[in-house]
Amino acid sequence: MNLEFILFIIFAAISVSSGLLMITRVNLVIAALLLVVNFASLAGLYLILNAQFIAIAQVIIYAGAIMVFFLFVIMLINPEHEKKFMDYKPQLKIFGVIISILVFIQLTYIILLSKPSEGVSREVEASVKAGTIEQIGRELFTNYVLPFEAVAYLLLAAAIGALVLAKKKFN
Amino acid sequence: MQIQIEYYLILSAALFIIGVTGVLIRRNAIVVFMCIELMLNSANLTLITFSSYLGNSIGQLFVFFVMAVAAAEAAVGLAIIIALFRNKRTVNIDEINIFKW
Repeated sequence: MNLEFILFIIFAAISVSSGLLMITRVNLVIAALLLVVNFASLAGLYLILNAQFIAIAQVIIYAGAIMVFFLFVIMLINPEHEKKFMDYKPQLKIFGVIISILVFIQLTYIILLSKPSEGVSREVEASVKAGTIEQIGRELFTNYVLPFEAVAYLLLAAAIGALVLAKKKFN
Repeated sequence: MQIQIEYYLILSAALFIIGVTGVLIRRNAIVVFMCIELMLNSANLTLITFSSYLGNSIGQLFVFFVMAVAAAEAAVGLAIIIALFRNKRTVNIDEINIFKW
């Protein structure tokens, strides 16, 4: 039991429990804040995996920008409270949960069956080097500069589209 | 003792299934959206796991693009939710049936 393993257990428990709490809360603001906790614990997992740049980007983009956006929309529209979990069509929901659990068992079985760790021996130096902002920036601005520009246009289009969609009147 | 790659993959599968369950059982459009973000994040976790274990930074690059697309998707989707709420006064996805007749 080294520190890495203990941290992994802690962050995994936080992320799974906050996810489970998120999908069962009726209050939207609490659900959004639990999702922030989930994203923060995922950033911790990324740090354990030596992905420093992505961990920081996760905190800034997801836990910062996107969740502020969600909270802002929740505040704007203030929807009526959803009914409690079992009040509305309980059979359908139980069916959905059973299907999800079955799929999870299948996925776990396939992952354990295929033994992905057999062919992979982790080299810590290589993984530390792969996660640095220097390495990612070099790849981003040399080999992957075209997708980078495409993503820039995608964000521009999304910003204009969001403005047009949320506008009050078309005239 | 090193963490096996299976642990990360099973955790990622668990997060994905939590997201799927949320989409299946919740009727609020905003919660459905948050569950989609959760599923995107579980895919990101898988990509970063393989990137770290193989010592290759392309997976993390891909996660960067996924984050950008998720931001764009959240912006457009929430704008659609605002427009729907303005017209229908609800975000319950059972009551939003304007394309049915």
